Amino acid sequence: MRKILILFAHPKFEQSDVNQALINSISHLDHVHIRDLYDLYPDFDINVQAEQEILFEYEVVIWHHPIYWYSCPPLLKQWMDLVLEFGWAYGPGGVFLRNKYVMNVVTSGGSKEVYAAEGRNRYTMEEFLRPFEATAYLCHMRYMPPFHVGGTHRITKEELEGKAKVYQELILSLRDSPSIDFPYIQKP
Amino acid sequence: MEGFFSQAIIYILAAIICVSIAKKLGMSSVLGYLFAGILIGPYVLKFISNETEGQDIMHGTEFGVVMMLFLIGLELEPKNLWRMRDLILKVGLAQVLLTSLAFFLIGLGLGVSWNISLTAALSISLSSTAIVLQSLKEKNQMDSVEGKMSFGVLLLQDIAVIPILAILPLLAVNAPEMLERNEHGGFFDEYPGWIQTFAIFASIGLVILMGKYGFGPLLKLVVKTHLRELFVATALLIVVGIAYLMILVGLSPALGAFLAGVVLANSPYKHALESDLDPFKGILLGLFFIAVGSTINFSLIFSEPIKIFGLTLGVMLVKALVLLGIGKYRKLSMPENLNFAFGLAQASEFSFVTYSFAFQLMILDRSGADTLMAVTALSMGLSPVLMLILDKTIIQKEGMKENKKSGDSDVVNEKNQVILLGFGNFGSTVGRFLRANGIEATIMDSDPDQVDFLRQMGFKVYFGDGTRLDLLHAAGADHAKILISAIDSTEHSIKIVKLCREHFPHLEVMIRARNRFDAYELMDVGVENIYREHLDTSIRMGEDALRKLGFRAHTVHRLGKQFRDYDEEALKVLVQFKNNRKEYISKVRKQIEMQESLLSGELSRKFSLNDHAWDSEQMKDSDSRK
Repeated sequence: MRKILILFAHPKFEQSDVNQALINSISHLDHVHIRDLYDLYPDFDINVQAEQEILFEYEVVIWHHPIYWYSCPPLLKQWMDLVLEFGWAYGPGGVFLRNKYVMNVVTSGGSKEVYAAEGRNRYTMEEFLRPFEATAYLCHMRYMPPFHVGGTHRITKEELEGKAKVYQELILSLRDSPSIDFPYIQKP
Repeated sequence: MEGFFSQAIIYILAAIICVSIAKKLGMSSVLGYLFAGILIGPYVLKFISNETEGQDIMHGTEFGVVMMLFLIGLELEPKNLWRMRDLILKVGLAQVLLTSLAFFLIGLGLGVSWNISLTAALSISLSSTAIVLQSLKEKNQMDSVEGKMSFGVLLLQDIAVIPILAILPLLAVNAPEMLERNEHGGFFDEYPGWIQTFAIFASIGLVILMGKYGFGPLLKLVVKTHLRELFVATALLIVVGIAYLMILVGLSPALGAFLAGVVLANSPYKHALESDLDPFKGILLGLFFIAVGSTINFSLIFSEPIKIFGLTLGVMLVKALVLLGIGKYRKLSMPENLNFAFGLAQASEFSFVTYSFAFQLMILDRSGADTLMAVTALSMGLSPVLMLILDKTIIQKEGMKENKKSGDSDVVNEKNQVILLGFGNFGSTVGRFLRANGIEATIMDSDPDQVDFLRQMGFKVYFGDGTRLDLLHAAGADHAKILISAIDSTEHSIKIVKLCREHFPHLEVMIRARNRFDAYELMDVGVENIYREHLDTSIRMGEDALRKLGFRAHTVHRLGKQFRDYDEEALKVLVQFKNNRKEYISKVRKQIEMQESLLSGELSRKFSLNDHAWDSEQMKDSDSRK
């Protein structure tokens, strides 16, 4: 069984039905630890040492966040800026994240069709998430394709239940399957 | 004096023994008191020699009912009373009229003369306010549907007393000479009707006016003396005064007290009045129930057991049937309806008054009055027993089926989640912040001027000192989640913490501390949420000073946060050494020492941000090494 760390960043979680449904579907699972960053660090004053110690224990890391202006909410960026230190996460001696699996789980108002070369946003979600991929790459992590819930403004209750179920199954398979079969990118 | 003491000891002892046994057996305290009355009454232990003595005590302690209604009034704001008007008028009036009619017809059917029938019918239609309300309160059913209906009925019955007393003399067909009407003999009796009516309205107006404008300033004046007994005495004066005024004009004192209570329901002294009068009410009511128990005429019952028991059960059955009908009409569920109907099935203590009045007016003869009084007392004694049996059998069984209904969920519970003690500069800021975010707190302050001012500003502030358990109860500490003490006396705060720990262990306490020294004391008693009043402000001031010296705001912000965390941690370490110091070192000396140890600690710690956030120096170093 792998231990999974969900780094969840949402500045208005209490008003996000979609993210509540997603989080609720996995919050009770063993070996799955959800860190609600906006609840832990309301003043952005991240405890770097504590975060690094926690990362040490987990084999799979999930960056779970909504897409704001084609990126993550600022606290998750702050987390990356502060926690992924030179000499710890990358650079000489920066070996502590090596071989950990990592994935973006994102929600967006725009639908899947909008995030496409022919769509209104002109790029795919994978392309928008390149900075995350590059970060993981530099840290020798195994970056897996994102899990995307799109069209959240118009999602029906049934669709949402379905998405939450898929998310749960995804987390369960990351936790329980003998080997992780998702494709991933890793610095050779 | 000796006689008084021995009497008092007997009454109290009987009450303690019987009531605690009743409570142990899961019965209402009313039953315990009644049984105590029977026990010390003229037929068992003979401490009370005859029923008249019992009735005298009963009249004396009827004042407990007055107080009870005053207290109930306090909990009922005028707008809620207005909302009950439908209940009072329709349900209450229907009950009194239908029940009277039923008994009048039964009386005529049994061949009793019409005037006796009417006297008895009117008296029997009333129920015992004391017994019903006490039972409802004990079972926490005042806010349930049937509880509200019962209360509405009882209120109307209290009003009905006035016309009933007025009608009785008209029934006295063979009264030779009008006797002095000393039973409710009002001051205005000799005056013509219009003056009497005017006096009644004037006195009601006076009660309302006093409640709105008179009692508040009076209580405030008394509070400023800081003598609690004076406040208690004033509270008693208000209730006694109203009762006296009502008797003068021939109204029910209970009704007047209730009215005054309602008017005072919005007053800042509400909780203080409640907690101060409650023990008096309890004791007087207890004595009252004992007296009722002692007036049950067992020799009469034993000489004609079938007749008396038959009459009593008949009375209760017919009353219950009428009530069941009303309940059915108002769509009560079966258990609610049973509770409502049988709860109100007994005759009223007021019947003793009407019967003796009717006896004086020669409507009733001695044996008739005695029989009716025996029936009344017996029905009052039997009704708690009946309720107990009903509770344990039908209602509980039915209640199982409709479990969701029995929890009075549709009643909006106005108890707040937060109790805020102290509404000075500190507390008011906390209160305003909570309120701005939709959280209302029950606020208490012990400065009457402050309370007044804030009330004018539209805050709901109560007068009170959080260190008294009864006041905390009244403020709803049983239901609240958080208690915030923003008072500046740490001694008081510690008292409050101890009280809460003992009586409300579920309450999260958050305490304001003036300084480090106070914080230590609070930590010693195990408080976790301590807020030193100067800490955040002084650090903020320091931050601003650093900014003015050219530090960048974000850096300063992080430095400030780090310093605060460090200071809170240091507090936890230093508190362990606090008690090792010799006793003779004064508080001030201790404070200086603390400051010294803190300052030296900070020198060695070098307060810079020693993380590598946004730091590229290392990277440059490693790049240049390549």
